[in-house]
Amino acid sequence: MSERKIRVLVAKPGLDGHDRGAKVVARSLRDAGFEVIYTGIRQTPQMIAEAALQEDVDVVGLSILSGAHMTLCPKVVELLRAQGQENVVVLVGGIVPDDDIEKLRAAGITGIFGPGTSTQEIVDFIHNQVQVAA
Amino acid sequence: MAAITALAQRSETATALIDGVLHGNRLLLARTITQVENQTAQASDLLHALYPHSGRAHIIGVTGAPGTGKSTLVTALARCYRQAGMTVGIVAIDPTSPFTGGALLGDRVRMRALAGDAGVFMRSMATRGSLGGLSKTTGDVVTVLDAAGFDRILVETVGVGQAEVEIASTAHTTLVVEAPGLGDEVQAIKAGILEIADVLVINKADRPGVDATLRALQMMLQIEGESTRLVRHHGQLLRVESPAAAGAEEQRWQVTVMKTVAAESTGVEELRAQVERHREWLVASGEMAVREQLRIANTLENIIRAELNRRILSRMPDGRMNEMVDAIRRRETDPYRAAADLLHLL
Repeated sequence: MSERKIRVLVAKPGLDGHDRGAKVVARSLRDAGFEVIYTGIRQTPQMIAEAALQEDVDVVGLSILSGAHMTLCPKVVELLRAQGQENVVVLVGGIVPDDDIEKLRAAGITGIFGPGTSTQEIVDFIHNQVQVAA
Repeated sequence: MAAITALAQRSETATALIDGVLHGNRLLLARTITQVENQTAQASDLLHALYPHSGRAHIIGVTGAPGTGKSTLVTALARCYRQAGMTVGIVAIDPTSPFTGGALLGDRVRMRALAGDAGVFMRSMATRGSLGGLSKTTGDVVTVLDAAGFDRILVETVGVGQAEVEIASTAHTTLVVEAPGLGDEVQAIKAGILEIADVLVINKADRPGVDATLRALQMMLQIEGESTRLVRHHGQLLRVESPAAAGAEEQRWQVTVMKTVAAESTGVEELRAQVERHREWLVASGEMAVREQLRIANTLENIIRAELNRRILSRMPDGRMNEMVDAIRRRETDPYRAAADLLHLL
């Protein structure tokens, strides 16, 4: 009877309003059979962490184009860990300069997807990271 | 590694989860809801322990066609309740794709005004194959939120058409949300969704056509007219003449049409007051007991039906179903005869 679905929160932290990428990714994740909670633009790290908690998601996907990733993304990870969501996988999609990639990884962001990533790569990545309990 | 610990961490004991729900731990509340929604092995133990603590919240259903502004109205209503000092649980349902099993749950986009408020807990759910406007476990999730002590629970259905009336057997007070320009008088007197309204709401009431919508709905109410009450009859909701109300005008519940512009919070406090009047009426008239009876009977029947389904299908001999489908397709038999034959095998 048990029906386990992978739940993914897709959020756009920060102030840029370009959410087309986030919507395309959200749609692809839906088509991959995930339950996608889409929160929309201009989310603070606090709002994202709170939504991730209430929705008990397995994955948080952050879409960011503004260049503020080094402040916003580690903050989301920090808040998630602080509220007891140690195992939520955090991904970033958008424009991240090469120099920042290792720094983000060190801050606990497992997947970083730049322009040109196929949506299938993201889907495969999530399947690999989140083992579904029977 | 991360994935392995994920499994270990998620296996909180039922006792820890129950304790968490009853003592305001939001993380454990969220995880309990996940267990209940996924109908895991633990779920029935959790519900068994939490059920005695439920029955205190007033459950408000919000339903209507897509695009009428249900999410925005739920948000505005929740804010009014918060201003009145009450805590609010929200369950918002969006459809699951019948093809991929995935879902895009977008109600949070409209609910950002509730962010950062510890007196609100909002959960998105996918229908996961249910067609009545809710998901199979919505009622159970409401029970969990109720046990967690939220004063009011708002349940937002998927955007519905004309016949998804399941919410009426889950909620104490049902709001049916319309918007100007969606249909004419004939739409308004069709059976189904309008019949389940305790309060009719015309949202987006700053749009053109609001007067025509108001007239159509009021006309429908006049036709429906006399005092009625809900009873359950062979799985149908049935409205019958209420004997208690027949003589006493003040005993009747008058379905009213209310205008709101939820995006600006216009009319929402009045709507909240009307919901509270309905709640008081339910208690004073004895209708609350009737609805609780209805709700529980419905829940029980659904659980039995689901379990019977599962048992019957699990005992169906492998391959017999497909053989029958082929035979029906060749017109050698028909679906009714085939079903009878298959059931006979058990």
